[in-house]
Amino acid sequence: MASGNSEHRRSLTATAVKLLVAGGFGVGKTTMVGSVSEVPPLRTEEVLTSASEGVDDLSGVERKTTTTVALDFGRITINPELILYLFGTPGQDRFWFMWDELAQGALGAVVLADTRRLESCFPAVDFFERRGLPFVVGVNCFDGAYRYGTEEVRAALDVDMAVPLLLCDARDRDSTKQVLVTLIQHVMAHAELATSG
Amino acid sequence: MPPGARGASLAMSGQDEAWFDDAAGPLVRPYAVTGGRTRTDNFGLDLITLVVALPSVAEAAGMAPEYAKIVRLCQRPMSVAEVAARIDLPLPVVKVLLSDLIEQNYVIFRTAAPATDTPNKHVLQAVLDGIRKL
Repeated sequence: MASGNSEHRRSLTATAVKLLVAGGFGVGKTTMVGSVSEVPPLRTEEVLTSASEGVDDLSGVERKTTTTVALDFGRITINPELILYLFGTPGQDRFWFMWDELAQGALGAVVLADTRRLESCFPAVDFFERRGLPFVVGVNCFDGAYRYGTEEVRAALDVDMAVPLLLCDARDRDSTKQVLVTLIQHVMAHAELATSG
Repeated sequence: MPPGARGASLAMSGQDEAWFDDAAGPLVRPYAVTGGRTRTDNFGLDLITLVVALPSVAEAAGMAPEYAKIVRLCQRPMSVAEVAARIDLPLPVVKVLLSDLIEQNYVIFRTAAPATDTPNKHVLQAVLDGIRKL
């Protein structure tokens, strides 16, 4: 009876952290997540309910509208005590309200850009700038897409020189690793500035 | 009755039946498993709150199916988002089920470090080393 009992005395000392991968619809966010995740990208659905405006009916039942937002994410077990989750942000503008919850407690973000439609990542750049969440820009080099220089993209996006901007291939594990390493180094520099300032 | 009308009415009844095939999805609505409860903020569970089950897989046998599924799944720590994705129920539903399990001491949880202005340096270094090693 005593055998196996000890394994039931589980404790939970591990913690989790998260990074975001943002950008327009179809830019390759889930591909990027999948290129480094230890499991195939997972999908979960957040259901948001908001009371609709107007007069409640006599039964007292609130009228509500619900929206379902799919979130794709991956997992990297850094060590037994630390799990890193990578969340792709919903690409469509109508899911903006999810971003606050996603950004809450995030270490930093990758803004994935597609040079064929750079404007699709403007909202993400704006959001992270306003929120003060450190981010890097990864310019996803799709096959056949004209490759602009990083400075041309920087000028077009109008991001600060302090924000790292690099070309990448979201399908490629090493390329994604490089983007994430650059991001974490940027977050560390950001944190040091914050403590020294 | 013109032949066309009967044909139409048969087609209609065919469509009615089609409502109940597999493609229509489960007949048990997601919130049925929570007894209709849609929110519980008792524990402030978020996407990356980690949870782990205390009972073993064997001990889960006597539990209600949805709870048993979570207990079997959470034999090692995983996030609330991961539980939701793996048992294929919406996040709010999973939060309710997890809250029940936490209340009954079947599951323990650990919320992510509070969002401070400056993330922990050791955590960042560990993440950096971990990504480099991938």
